[in-house]
Amino acid sequence: MADTPKLQVCGLVKRFGGLTATDQARFDVAPGEVHALIGPNGAGKTTLIHQISGALRPDAGRLSMDGADITHLPMHRRVRLGLARSYQITSVFQAFSVLDNVALAVQARTGGAAGCWRPVRREADVFAQARQALDRVGLAARADALTRNLSHGEQRKLEVALALATDPSLLLLDEPMAGMGPDESEAMVELLLGLRGEITMLLVEHDMNAVFRLADRISVLVYGRVIATGSPTAIRSDAEVCRAYLGDEATA
Amino acid sequence: MAPLDQTLPRPTGALLLAAAVAFPLAAGWLGQDFYVGLAARIMIFALAASSLNLVMGFGGMVCFGHAAFLGIGAYTVAILMDAGLDAAWIAWPAATAAAALAAWLIGMVSLRTRGVYFIMITLAFAQMLYYVFVSLSAYGGDDGMPLAARSALPFGLDASSDVTFYYVVLAILAAAMWLMQRLVNARFGRALQAVRENETRMEALGYPVFRIKLAAFVVAGAAAGLAGALVANQTGMVSPGLMYWTQSGSLMIMVILGGVGYLYGGVVGAVLLLVLEEYLSGLTLYWQLPLGVLLLAAVLYARNGALSLTARWRHG
Repeated sequence: MADTPKLQVCGLVKRFGGLTATDQARFDVAPGEVHALIGPNGAGKTTLIHQISGALRPDAGRLSMDGADITHLPMHRRVRLGLARSYQITSVFQAFSVLDNVALAVQARTGGAAGCWRPVRREADVFAQARQALDRVGLAARADALTRNLSHGEQRKLEVALALATDPSLLLLDEPMAGMGPDESEAMVELLLGLRGEITMLLVEHDMNAVFRLADRISVLVYGRVIATGSPTAIRSDAEVCRAYLGDEATA
Repeated sequence: MAPLDQTLPRPTGALLLAAAVAFPLAAGWLGQDFYVGLAARIMIFALAASSLNLVMGFGGMVCFGHAAFLGIGAYTVAILMDAGLDAAWIAWPAATAAAALAAWLIGMVSLRTRGVYFIMITLAFAQMLYYVFVSLSAYGGDDGMPLAARSALPFGLDASSDVTFYYVVLAILAAAMWLMQRLVNARFGRALQAVRENETRMEALGYPVFRIKLAAFVVAGAAAGLAGALVANQTGMVSPGLMYWTQSGSLMIMVILGGVGYLYGGVVGAVLLLVLEEYLSGLTLYWQLPLGVLLLAAVLYARNGALSLTARWRHG
């Protein structure tokens, strides 16, 4: 099958002064798959996610989504095409209620900021959809809480709920389990397993257990370069990966 | 922190409006007509401060050059009158449009910066405009220029009567505050407040953040321009001092005193500052000293302004 890749990263380069953070990175994400991006600390995973989401501009290379070039689209236009992301460091609206957070995401795709007259509070549909998104991540009971009063694990769930509420077809997850306890991690894995097949995911994660349970394919990033892409079993037995990545971890 | 949805309860609004409508009658009955002029001046600055509150309080853009738009509005009225155009229905919208255009140009450049840099660049633009008008000798330069009369109002209203002018200003302020209340609770206002909280996340949710900020900046500039047109009419003259940084500063002080991000923060702040100024300057020549002390007390003990005190009181 010659399916158009959901996401195609092609020869991406990003330099910060003398440091080449992304060095000719190249990989595809197939429609519907969960693609994990792993690599030792400082390999440039987050830098790569920033470029795919549009927060950083690559110095060279090409990005395409569903076959269309998105290299030069600003972040908000990519979101409209169905590309959403969650942040490694929780980035939510701390001063607003949990429900209002998600309502903002729903509002974004149902007309955005256009509207100077009708109070949003009266738009029952926006809040109904927001509640659905919260229900999905298991935060429905906390809808009316102030976001800054949520626990870390709950904030991580909200982080994912915000991305989900924009109704993405491709979800970039930057360490969704960061800082979570084992129970919370397990709940997050369950949540992501539930989304599998419905949403294509590019997952950056350090928790190898989660990666091997979730991923259909894995790409390994070392010093900004993709050194291998393959099925979890192939990656596990790849000699270069073991040396560059798992070996690094062992000595660290 | 101010709540996301803000409305003035209808009875409160009606009561305030009734009091404002009755004020000139009471002042006239007590023979204190002077206060009608002062009240009109307070309402004009309430409009200007509220427009600053929209960018500063709701949009999180600390603009230190807001007086530029006030000045542009005032000069538009004066220059048009100098050219023989004294109809309010042309001059006032023209002042609003001129300030909106200036806000669009200044916003296009300054909104690319953030934080301290935004403060400095808006200040720089306002100071530049100040010096432009200082050197415009055709329009009075440093000394400014007097207006031959107040703008000619439609429907046979006579603006030279302080009471009529008071009611015109009241109508404009009431309409502006009503529009602002609609705006901040609507989609645009919510998005604007969310941009204040977390710009990056708003972009990641798919909002055109720059355009939202620019739109708010232009709306605020336009409202300040209208306030400027009213200032020119009220004082009967315009001068570059209207754009000077101290004027921008006093608008900021009004917003901070009243409550940054509170819908009526600008109104409350303008009332507080101008009434205090009036009262203290009657007591002593050095009225700025006690005013400074009061300001210190306000930022120390009511950090989010007077309206945050009422909110605290309500929630215990």
